[in-house]
Amino acid sequence: MADQVYWDDVAEEMEIPPMVKHPTTQQLVKYAGASGDYYQIHYDTEFAKGNNLPGVILHGALKNAFLGQYMTDWMGPLGNLKRLACQYRGMDMPGHPITAKGTVIRKYEKDGQHLVDCNIWLENDEGQRTTPGEATVALPRRNG
Amino acid sequence: MSTQNTFLTEEMRQQVIGLEGEPVTTEIEKGAIIKFAEAIGDENPSFNDEAAARKGQYRGLVAPPTFLRSVRTSRPEFPFEVPFNNNLDGGSDWEYMEPVRPGDRITAVSRIENMIERAGRMGTMIIQTTVTTYTNQFGQVVATQTSTGIRY
Repeated sequence: MADQVYWDDVAEEMEIPPMVKHPTTQQLVKYAGASGDYYQIHYDTEFAKGNNLPGVILHGALKNAFLGQYMTDWMGPLGNLKRLACQYRGMDMPGHPITAKGTVIRKYEKDGQHLVDCNIWLENDEGQRTTPGEATVALPRRNG
Repeated sequence: MSTQNTFLTEEMRQQVIGLEGEPVTTEIEKGAIIKFAEAIGDENPSFNDEAAARKGQYRGLVAPPTFLRSVRTSRPEFPFEVPFNNNLDGGSDWEYMEPVRPGDRITAVSRIENMIERAGRMGTMIIQTTVTTYTNQFGQVVATQTSTGIRY
């Protein structure tokens, strides 16, 4: 968390360093408890299979949280997250690493804020983008 | 939307669009924030280390971006039955205005923004867009979440 990214140093088309997460069944149980989402497809294998799923799957909202962490890690302690959006296009299973990736698509000023729009997504271990999204962050200036 | 709809009529859409759930207020506990950050595996001190967070831009602990998922909301009541039992979370679009801190009293209100019917791979799908507005004890809107729910 020591690193601070400055708006001045960001360029359009720049890649954001990837972040790898290793979700486990234990994490799904912890997330169910912390979020209050007790839908059984996230921790009960028999129930999940009865719902035509191959097994328990990650909560969409947990993947949303991974993308939130990806942006708050990147923007550093002085950054501000303005928008975080994602769509759940594909299922992800515990036991498989999932990688957050992103690219800066727009750098601009608005209402005195120095903003950056990013395309972000989660990719499974087969390279499929299961969770595409967008984010906007406000970043500090170097001489701000 | 079209005459091909098998379930959802324009009249039904107009009955539900704009419906609001009851406001629900939750007091934000510091322990809940720390537990949430731990559950998602986020070790950022802004979310779990009060002493470190005091030196940060918010002068104290704040909640991670999707923490508000853990705040209770009340679904708007439907004037009709929706005969589809399977649910999918389609996605989420958050806008953030103010930080959420321990001790805040956050009031959530959910409003149905849109409902459409689509024919998909899994048969007829009802796609509902809901906007939840989260307001703190000072009357500031801290965040809005637009979520897409799919029933089939």
